[in-house]
Amino acid sequence: MDSSYGLDLNKPLYDGRYSWFDHSKFGGTVYEPKPNDPSTRTTDPIVTGTSVLAVKYKGGVAIAADTLLSYGSLARFRDIRRIHKLNEHTIIGSSGEYSDFQYITRMLDDVVTDNHIADNNLQPMDPKSIFSYLSRVMYQRRNKQDPLYNNIVVAGYRNGESFLGSVDLLGTHYQDDHIATGFGDHIARPLLRNAYKPDLTKEEAVKLLEKCLTVLFYRDARAYYRVQICTIGEDGVNIAEPQVLQTDWSVGNVTYGYDGRRTALPQA
Amino acid sequence: MFRSDYDSDISIWSPQGRIHQIEYAMEAVKQGSASVGLKSKTHAVVAAVKRASSELGSNQQKVFRIDDHLAISMSGLTADGRVLTKYLRNECLNHKFVYEQPMPVSKLVVQLADKSQVHTQQSGRRPYGVGLLVIGYDENGPHLYETSPSGNYYDYKAQAIGNRFQSARTYLEKTYETFDDATPEELIRHSLLALRETVQTSSSSSSSTPNEGITSKNAVVAIVGRDQKLTIYENEELIPFLAGIETSGAAAGENTATSMEE
Repeated sequence: MDSSYGLDLNKPLYDGRYSWFDHSKFGGTVYEPKPNDPSTRTTDPIVTGTSVLAVKYKGGVAIAADTLLSYGSLARFRDIRRIHKLNEHTIIGSSGEYSDFQYITRMLDDVVTDNHIADNNLQPMDPKSIFSYLSRVMYQRRNKQDPLYNNIVVAGYRNGESFLGSVDLLGTHYQDDHIATGFGDHIARPLLRNAYKPDLTKEEAVKLLEKCLTVLFYRDARAYYRVQICTIGEDGVNIAEPQVLQTDWSVGNVTYGYDGRRTALPQA
Repeated sequence: MFRSDYDSDISIWSPQGRIHQIEYAMEAVKQGSASVGLKSKTHAVVAAVKRASSELGSNQQKVFRIDDHLAISMSGLTADGRVLTKYLRNECLNHKFVYEQPMPVSKLVVQLADKSQVHTQQSGRRPYGVGLLVIGYDENGPHLYETSPSGNYYDYKAQAIGNRFQSARTYLEKTYETFDDATPEELIRHSLLALRETVQTSSSSSSSTPNEGITSKNAVVAIVGRDQKLTIYENEELIPFLAGIETSGAAAGENTATSMEE
């Protein structure tokens, strides 16, 4: 059996720069900056978080993400929280470029504080309004050809009403009963769609997200087994401490592609 | 009018600790015809007297719709008021676009007051010569605010500004305790009765001066409240409300001099 797994071992694996996107495969070339070149925009994210999952339940919303930040395919930071509380009614989670998420977090913290102060009755901002504001910012940045490389999930609960929305780097935004970003939109979303019902309890919702995260950890090479499953609802905001998923890899031996084999197991 | 060596610039103090130019601007508000505002637990109402430049001219617009939940009534320089109207409408539209939610009244009033304040301090500018009564309804219920050229703003249960506002305020002070639970119709009635005080001469000499009082031509009323978008009543729409005040004033023992003449 060929031990190089199809790689040309004479080529260097690392050329001094990392990009998860192989431009050469699509007729592009890797950009080499020279001293007097014009300024450029970010074209790929550098440090990224993977999927964010969220589902509405009766009396609130559950939102979950793992704690891994990847540097390309390298699992670079393993205890970073990607779910942030904005006020008593709103939390957000982010997949994509983490530095952009830090920027968004600070910006929204300011907006929420300003609006809180502007309102003489000192009512915290509505999740719907925060979501709308964020959507406008994301779309404006896209139109400046300088997008914030994230897909943000906004979860909220106010006046007995749950809110769940997503906005991406293009400014595309929508609301739904359940949302998953990134690879999770492919892997976890069908599971959420099957399991979702309007009278889901909080415990069921948390269990459901835990299952989805586990499946994602099995299938998404950028996912991690350390996760946070947070809730916002009748009983307030709960930004949960990270927990460890229970996994069972015994199926790996019979799974195609699991250990780097290029072909299915030979029939005995 | 009192003049002083210290009244020629908006940013110069007098030794008495006053800024005369700002006070003059506040006087301009009193030159304009009166506006009256009041609110219950669920609704806010504003009413105003629309003057006409001549018999042949139209009556000036006093009440302006800012948004579906917000209106202003202005007293003073209407030209300045229109500038502010444009600003307020724009702010409301912007807020609706950015936050997908109507502008909170308190937030708008603070912004307006801040804008007015700048005009009391920056050189080369003059204060706005207009006072506004702002009514609105939002998450926190009905609101009534007064803003003035000085940049001050006040939250009120009931208030009157403009020409002879004190007469209207006397009426409001006498009756405001009943406003909380008043119906929208009662609020409008009170607003017109208060407004009437600013155009009627209550002394016996009034018979010689031509005074129609409040008519469907020279009055305007706006109301906003719970489950009610801003509605402005003018001209014929006012007639039913005016019919309601014709007898009630005399019955309540108000304006006895007028009723005796009739």
